[in-house]
Amino acid sequence: MVIDVATAREVVAGVVDPEMPMLTLDDLGVVRGVDVEGDAVLVTITPTYSGCPAIEEMRHDLRASLTRAGFARVEVRTVLSPAWSTDWISDDGRRKLAEAGIAPPGRAAPRVAGPVPLTLTPPSAAVRCPHCGAPATDELSRFGPTACTALRRCPSCREPFEHMKEI
Amino acid sequence: MNVHHTEVEGHAVTDTDGTNAYQSLSETTGHDDPRWAFGTGIVEEAGAEITSPVPDGVDPADLAAYCLMLGDDALVYSHRLSEWVSNAPELEEEVALANTALDLLGQARVLLARSAHLTGGDEDSLAFLRTDAQFRNVGLAELSDDLDFARAVGRMLIFSTWRLALLDRLVGSADPVIAAVAAKGVKELTYHRDYAARWTLRLGDGTDESHARMQAALDALWPYVGELFRTSDEERRLVEAGVAVDPALTREEVDAVLDQVITKATLTRPDKPAIGTIGGRSGRQGVHTEHLGHALAEMQSLARQHPGTTW
Repeated sequence: MVIDVATAREVVAGVVDPEMPMLTLDDLGVVRGVDVEGDAVLVTITPTYSGCPAIEEMRHDLRASLTRAGFARVEVRTVLSPAWSTDWISDDGRRKLAEAGIAPPGRAAPRVAGPVPLTLTPPSAAVRCPHCGAPATDELSRFGPTACTALRRCPSCREPFEHMKEI
Repeated sequence: MNVHHTEVEGHAVTDTDGTNAYQSLSETTGHDDPRWAFGTGIVEEAGAEITSPVPDGVDPADLAAYCLMLGDDALVYSHRLSEWVSNAPELEEEVALANTALDLLGQARVLLARSAHLTGGDEDSLAFLRTDAQFRNVGLAELSDDLDFARAVGRMLIFSTWRLALLDRLVGSADPVIAAVAAKGVKELTYHRDYAARWTLRLGDGTDESHARMQAALDALWPYVGELFRTSDEERRLVEAGVAVDPALTREEVDAVLDQVITKATLTRPDKPAIGTIGGRSGRQGVHTEHLGHALAEMQSLARQHPGTTW
């Protein structure tokens, strides 16, 4: 059987993230490839964080969607390298995050030579409120409800919101 | 059409947009998929790199032991962090400690899976069926916080500063699994260290009470700092092969960061000697404090009571 990779890619492009279903896995940047290996569709993905509990669900959803679309043999391969970065989130993904009330990440800080610096400066206020658009907001908590977010509040509209932190 | 396909189709899949988190779970509970919720992975699926060949000139036994060292540090400390769940002073800190534990558990899983691949075992047996003398973690990872939040902060500061310095040097390891864990881990540990350093400032430069308790925490932890820079025989051999880093070389960087935080937090760097070794042996050789047995008893009890159980 000839495997139609273009169709497989379309199917994969429609699979959403289990924790942030406003994003597709493609938007999130975790899909690293859709290829043919032997008589199987091979989807390569990478986890966001080392302990990301959603990776199993992603694997399952990819397999189920491709199977449902008629692909008889599907392999989902997890690769650890190169390490995922929020810079891989698509522009579309950033827009969808903001529309869902989650402030998208800024650009990850470029790595300087030498030891990783510890700055100890106050957390940056330069995160735009996804609700009212105010340019400066306060950090409430360094860690949010999922591994990839922090919790913030807008001093203008008083709404709390999640911010996807840059890594 | 294969069996899996039939079963998925048989479950009346109506909501295919995935916005219902429970829908995809319910799709699978009707057949023999051995899981009921997120995160019961299969070893080989944790990362394709795990089955990579052993780098040239490397003794597989050394590499397996080194993966255990790095993995056990993360696993045991992750368990200690998870003890704060439902016990932290504030919900936000509970979430922070649990998220940190999760990152470390993820690092541990990959490293234990690599070790298991090299020795013909499996990740779960390594985590749940070894005795304390078979664990290779440093003492700092196994101590109990005794639900003292300042101790949790102090340990995270020391541990994450040290592990960040280690992993940052391991990004170029000749072993692809260690290199991959390191590259992801650097980002995670930078965040852990930042969190711990901010709390150290807040407590150290806070009230008289918080200052005294943060200082007492550092004093209690300090005897376990020296071990972090002791080089094991396996590490010494693996440095030659470009797989490991000599932990002794991280001392300068770790000291500089700890001094930076301790000074800014108006605390005093403790002047406490490192705990000794027994016949030259300590955590890396399986010689542990009495704390590890207690941690393992709780961590392993379910797996030992129900051997081989799947869900």
